[in-house]
Formats: sequence, C-alpha cells, structure tokens
Amino acid sequence: MTALAPVGLQSTPAGHLRGGTGIRARSLTWMALPALVLFIAFGVVPLLGVLVLSFTSWDGIGAIRPAGFASWRAVLTDPGLPHALWVTFQVMALTWLVQTPISILIGTFLAGHQRYREFLAVLFFIPLLLSSAAIAITFKALLDPNFGLGAGLHLPLLAQDWLGRPHLAMGVVIFVVSWQFIPFHSLIYQGGVRQIPVTMYEAALIDGAGRVRQFFSITLPQLKYTIITSSTLMIVGSLTFFDLIFVLTEGGPGDATRVLALDMYKRGFQANLMGPASAIAVILVLVGLALALLLRRLGGSTTASQLEGV
Amino acid sequence: MATLTTTTASRTGSNKVRDRRPGLRGTSRPNWLGGLLGWMWLAIVAVPIYWIVITSFKTQSLYFATNPLLPSSAPTMDNYLLVIQSDFPRYFLNSVIVTLGAIVPSVLISFLASFAIVRGTGWALKGINSLFLMGLAIPLQATIIPVYLIIIKLGLYDSLGAIILPSIAFAIPLSVLVLSNFIRDVPKELFESMRTDGANDWQTLWHLAFPLTRPALVTVTIYNGLGIWNGFLLPLILTQSPDKRTLPLALWSFQGQYSVNVPAVLASVVLTTLPILILYVIGRRQLLSGLTAGFSK
Repeated sequence: MTALAPVGLQSTPAGHLRGGTGIRARSLTWMALPALVLFIAFGVVPLLGVLVLSFTSWDGIGAIRPAGFASWRAVLTDPGLPHALWVTFQVMALTWLVQTPISILIGTFLAGHQRYREFLAVLFFIPLLLSSAAIAITFKALLDPNFGLGAGLHLPLLAQDWLGRPHLAMGVVIFVVSWQFIPFHSLIYQGGVRQIPVTMYEAALIDGAGRVRQFFSITLPQLKYTIITSSTLMIVGSLTFFDLIFVLTEGGPGDATRVLALDMYKRGFQANLMGPASAIAVILVLVGLALALLLRRLGGSTTASQLEGV
Repeated sequence: MATLTTTTASRTGSNKVRDRRPGLRGTSRPNWLGGLLGWMWLAIVAVPIYWIVITSFKTQSLYFATNPLLPSSAPTMDNYLLVIQSDFPRYFLNSVIVTLGAIVPSVLISFLASFAIVRGTGWALKGINSLFLMGLAIPLQATIIPVYLIIIKLGLYDSLGAIILPSIAFAIPLSVLVLSNFIRDVPKELFESMRTDGANDWQTLWHLAFPLTRPALVTVTIYNGLGIWNGFLLPLILTQSPDKRTLPLALWSFQGQYSVNVPAVLASVVLTTLPILILYVIGRRQLLSGLTAGFSK
C-alpha cells in the first residue's frame, strides 16, 4: 500500500525513520568520518596546538621547550600589539565602509536584465580570478613613483610615493582590497536583489512609490540577510588579508600596515619566535570568534533563515 | 492578498520564475546612480588590466620612453619568453597538481559529510556539524604555525603534499555549509520513496542527492578551487625549494628578482592569469552563477 502511494502522499514519514535507525545512523556517521578526520588533523588539532605553543619557546627548527607565560608577557607588554590591533581594525572598518554601499548599488544595478549589463559584467568580474599576489604586484608596479603610471604620464599627483608614506599606504591597501572584492560582493547582492519577489515592486508602483523610495523601503530591507552574509564574509575575511598586504607593503612603511596576521608571520617566520607568534595567533582566533558571534547576534539567527531558503 | 502572493512566491517560486519577471526596473525610469557607479567602477577595474596587457608587450627601454597608456608600436614577445624560460611551466604544473589534488577529495568528502549530517540523526552527527560551523568563524590562517609543525613531523615539509593536505581541510567547513543547505532543500518525500523501494543510503546518495545538488557542487568546487589555485600563505610557509613553487609564490619571487623590469613582471602576471581567464571565457555563465549560488540564499 505504502509502496504504491504516489510521492508526496505518503503518510507517516516518522514511522519510516524509526525502522532500523541504529544501523542507518551508524552507516551515515561513517560517511562523515573522512571529512571529520582531516578537519580534526589540520583544523582542530592546530587550533589547540597554537594555544599550547604560545606557552613554549621554539625557534621553528630546534626543540620545543615549555616557557610558561614568557611569550604572553612579551606580547602583551609590546606596544606593537595594540598597534597591530588598531591597524587590523582600521582595515576592517574602512574596507567594509567603502565596499558595502558600492557593492549594494552596483549589485542592484546589475540585477536588471538589459543586454549591456551582461557585457559589463564580463569585464567587471575579472578581479575575482586574479590571485592576491598578482594584484599586489600589479599595483606595486602601477603606483611606483619612478617607474609607475604617474611618472610615465608626468602627473605629479599620481607620481606620489604611494607606498612610502603611512597614510597613503593605508589608503592604497583599502583601495586595492576594494578593487579585488567589490565585484564578488556585487555578485552576491545581484543574486539577493533577483530573489526579491517582483510583486512587492508592483505593489509599490501602484502605491506611487518612486525609485529611491522603492530602494529604501523594499530593496534594502529585503536584502537584510544578504547584507549580513556579505558583511560577515568581508569582516571575518579582513582578518586574513595576509598575502595582499605582505606582497604590497610588507606591513610598511615602518609598521603602518602591519595587521595581526602579518605581525604573526613576521614574529614567527622572520624573527623565529614561534612562542610569541602563537600568542598573536590565539588573539587572532579570539578576535575572529568574537566578531562572528557579534554579527550573528546583530542579524538574529542567520542559519535559520538560510535553512528556510529566504 | 498581497502578503499571500508574496509568501507563496518566496516559498515555492524557483529562480526560473523570478528571472523571467518583466523588466520592471528597466522599463521604469533608469537607475542613474547605480548605472553611473557601475560604469565608473568598470573603468577603475579595466584601466589597470588594460595597462598590464599593453605594457607586457613593450621592451623595457620603450616602456620608459613612451606614454604608458598607449600600446606599443613595436610589440615584443621577449618578456613572455623570459617568463617561460624562468621555469614557469613547472610552476604551472605544480599549481595544477595542488589544485586538483586538493579540490577533488575535498568536495567528495564534504559531500559525504553533508549527506550524513542532513539525513542522519544522533548526537555524533550534530556535534560534527557544529564543529564544521565553528570552523567557519575561525581565521584558519591563524593555525599556520601548528600546521607547519605537523607537516614537519609527517615528513612532508617542502613537498606538494604539504600544501594539499591543509588545503583539503580548510575547504571543508564552507563546502559542508553550502552542500548541506542544498541537500536539505531536496523534498523529504523523494528520499522516503527511494527508501521504500529498497534503496540504501549509498544508492540515495548517488542517484538522488548527487544529481540534485550539482549546482552547489559546482559552487564549492569553483570557489574553493580558485582559493587554492591563488593560495599564497601555505606554499610560502610549507615549501622552500624553487621547484616546489606554485604560481602565486613564483610570481612573487620573479617580481623580487626582476622588479626594475616592469614589462617582464607584468608579462608574468598575464601569463599566470591566462589559464583561469580561458576557463572563465568558456564557462562564464556557470562560473558567475555558480560562484554565489550558495551565498545569495
């Protein structure tokens, strides 16, 4: 009887699940095992390991010796830490502030269906494909005061020592990050806007709402979860702008663009102080977790909305 | 009434229905601000790319003597020859091995885990799911020092395997999130009817879940594949010999070596981007929609 019932009309699905739950659960758990083992080996163990290593002294080659709180004392009393935290925060806040409004506007624009927008999109998304190393190398050459575009065009305004002055260097980092990631976030917003039911705009049009009003009363509120997703990617991602800044400025000039991730790398792999570098890494993890929790609280339950497919 | 239509549309309306809606935005007044910004940002994106391409065909002496925004009157391939002679074919091969070696197993095991998490019950699978979700919030770069230690202890330091293993693991959390969201959207009745027909979990996995989640599989493959192909930190820390370099690392050291020869450096940028660009031209639609199918939900 049940077997003959058409799909969708079957009565008690719970009853089916009951049968043989033990065997099923076990065979299903086996399926998750390969991913679990690899993630534990290269995700969870290193995460705990970084905490352990922050209480040791290690030069990266020789023996690892316990060192108590020595690394933590060194890191927490070093004025380099608050500076690196401040630089990280600046990069995070400024890249978010620049990218979000531009991405939303471009995403809304690209959500339309005219032909030329498709053409625009082809070129527009090329930065998505380039590696951070390639982008950093390009802009380093482009902005070089002696060999770059400004010098070639004989424009003094463009021929400044962009990467040699602290404030300019920070500006360049913000700009290059935006250059690299605005296309990606526009794409996310384009998808978000296309999912807004067209009936809402029709209703608004009947009520006489103009374009600007429609944008602020329909598009923006409907994009709430897209904004949270995109912002989470931006903000948590900004903690990992290692390669771009490493190739572009190496944290310089001085330590003007030395973000936490770069601070960790320089202490660990250039100064061979793995203990203090691990302490910085622990701080990096804590900052990431705190931000993720904060964003989740701000946005209500993001995962629940994703489950519903809204 | 309006509310009712809205809810139905957002519940059952698939993307197809939404995409076919009348060009409401286009037929009413044009979106001036968005359009202006769109074209402006296009120029900001296009000018550096144009500059890279034309400069890579100039000789070094010509580069200093001519207008940087005009193409060369006597294009040369010398820069590209220099790049190819600097062992770039080997670096390209390394990148291909690392990317394929990491992405295929990573997507496969993430798919298995997602299926188990969605279809299974019990505390073990719930715990595994929370573990992966936690992995999303953690900047995995922060774990690089212990990863370095583990790779040394495994005797893998300075090999391509050293890059592959952590790359697989780092790609798992996001893949599981995207894939399990898609498997969850498969109507339960389909699973149940296959089960009543006597199919076991492996059969439902391959004959039902796999074909229905193909868009999401494409998304995670492209997204993580691009990330691994362009990865810089893992090769930088876990390898040492020049013959183990992947393309981004090779670019960086080439730039260090020839920093004054701007056209040659830019030729290396063009040459390393070309393979991805060709793939992009071939599979543009798939790539652009696939890249965000899992994020825009």
